[in-house]
Amino acid sequence: MKVEELYQEIILDHYRSKHHSGLREPYQAEVQHVNPTCGDEVRLRVHLAGDTVSDVSYESVGCSISQASTSVMADLVIGHDVAHGLGLYEEFLTMMQGKGQIEPNEERLEDGIAFAGVAKFPARVKCALIGWSAFRDAIIQAQSAIS
Amino acid sequence: MSLDGGPEYPVTTDFSDVAPGSLALAEEPIAFDVDAIRADFPILERTVGGTPLIYLDSANSSQKPRVVVEAVEDHYLNHNANVARAMHMLGAEATEAFEGARAQLAQFIGAHRTEEVVFTKNASEALNLCAYTLGGYLQPGDEIVISVMEHHSNIVPWQLLAQRTGAVLRWFDVTADGRLDLDKAAAEGLLNERTKIVSVAYVSNVLGTINPISHIAALGHSVGATVVVDASQAVPQLAVNMADLGADLVAFTGHKMVGPTGIGVLWGRYDLLAALPPFLAGGEMIEVVTMAGSTYAPPPHRFEAGTPPIAQAVGLSAAAQYLSAIGMNQITAHEREITGYALEGLQSLPGVTVLGPNELVDRGGAVSFTLTAADQQPIHPHDVSHLLDSRGIAVRAGHHCARPLHERFGVQSSTRASFYLYTTRAEIDALIESLDYTIAFFGRLR
Repeated sequence: MKVEELYQEIILDHYRSKHHSGLREPYQAEVQHVNPTCGDEVRLRVHLAGDTVSDVSYESVGCSISQASTSVMADLVIGHDVAHGLGLYEEFLTMMQGKGQIEPNEERLEDGIAFAGVAKFPARVKCALIGWSAFRDAIIQAQSAIS
Repeated sequence: MSLDGGPEYPVTTDFSDVAPGSLALAEEPIAFDVDAIRADFPILERTVGGTPLIYLDSANSSQKPRVVVEAVEDHYLNHNANVARAMHMLGAEATEAFEGARAQLAQFIGAHRTEEVVFTKNASEALNLCAYTLGGYLQPGDEIVISVMEHHSNIVPWQLLAQRTGAVLRWFDVTADGRLDLDKAAAEGLLNERTKIVSVAYVSNVLGTINPISHIAALGHSVGATVVVDASQAVPQLAVNMADLGADLVAFTGHKMVGPTGIGVLWGRYDLLAALPPFLAGGEMIEVVTMAGSTYAPPPHRFEAGTPPIAQAVGLSAAAQYLSAIGMNQITAHEREITGYALEGLQSLPGVTVLGPNELVDRGGAVSFTLTAADQQPIHPHDVSHLLDSRGIAVRAGHHCARPLHERFGVQSSTRASFYLYTTRAEIDALIESLDYTIAFFGRLR
């Protein structure tokens, strides 16, 4: 796979204008995740209403892959069950760790399938995962804050 | 602080009769021939997807000439044993090789005495050694002065030391063109009677700036401070002479100067080293151990607990001999020429902003820059380096272990191209062409 093919229009669109970007109130948990090797940083907030992810807001700096992936993640999880969001996290993680051999489920991952090619570039996998990892971490913290 | 070694640290081992390496240097310098030099580095023959590898990440880690790899191999295959404690033929050979390497390094950096060279595992360990051993002399309210352009390894050890002792960490700022802001430091009384330690980089790993170390050392000494220098980027590319530099402690690493990984050097003035307490404890660094207490070996062995990096020292010695044979002045001149050519090329590209000095004055061979596409959108360094990598060009992307410096310049990260004795003008041409392509690629898709 040529690296140019990695940069699909979907990825660059999300990078250009990140969906749900910016930090918002209210929230039950806020986490900060960094990638010390390249300096990518994301601060992410989660608000739950019962079992529903009512908001994910974030402020982040980083490469096109990390920014677009966080944007796609926010699209996919906001307004859905916590279980659905965590399930998507697992699916996305599996795809990223699959070295490009795993056929993603487009019905579920939607724009997220644009990142399938990233799995072929080990140095970029962490970029694609940073927002998702922050989301999962924030969910766990929000759940324990509520209970 | 007493700088006198005193009777508690008698010199019990004398390695001053160990001769440095046997390589005889030519009377006249050999003409600098980059193609001949490249032939010494087999890795430079590699290709990436059919195009030649272009390695522009030597400030991160340099490549190794065959002679260094062969020296390490020969040591392991023919002379391997532990040093200073194995009482047999191989033990003697290994000890002589290890101590001979120390003598070679001492000569390479112009040390007064061979015992002033302490082998560590890297520059970070050497700087941690400084912070730990100098720390015993600090009182709450004392001040440690570093600079905002430091590598994390010359920031974090001092932060930890300040936390441990109640000392205050302060720093030199930089000017817009990436020089230490000495005027601002003077105006705000950065160095004063509370300053006990000054620790700065000789050459910035991001900006390429060569700092006026002798001047800073004189300033530090005028207020009674101990002056530490991180010379990791300097020793590989400049002829450094410890006797003239004016510093008290100087750290550098082997793998950036065509030597092996796993070995670094701390040079220290002998009287200062002799006054400092041990750092890591274990075998080799002791004199007499009883259950009631121990006495310690004199420098350098006091600071070399445990089995040292023996084969790596042999490799580093070969590296120093290799660089000496080519001539450090010729290497400096080559880097200067290549850096000037690269700065010219980078400045010809719209959308490139160079961090640090734009001119060749007091500037080493690392150039960091940011890139923006035609629509003024920044192109992230990780995206830049990935695209360059696909074209066979290895650069570094990120904050290069200097996050505070990037913050100071208001950028999250940068792309860095760094050069060495094997870098060619053709490689710079390829870099500029690929950056042009990168700007166009991201500009077009937006």
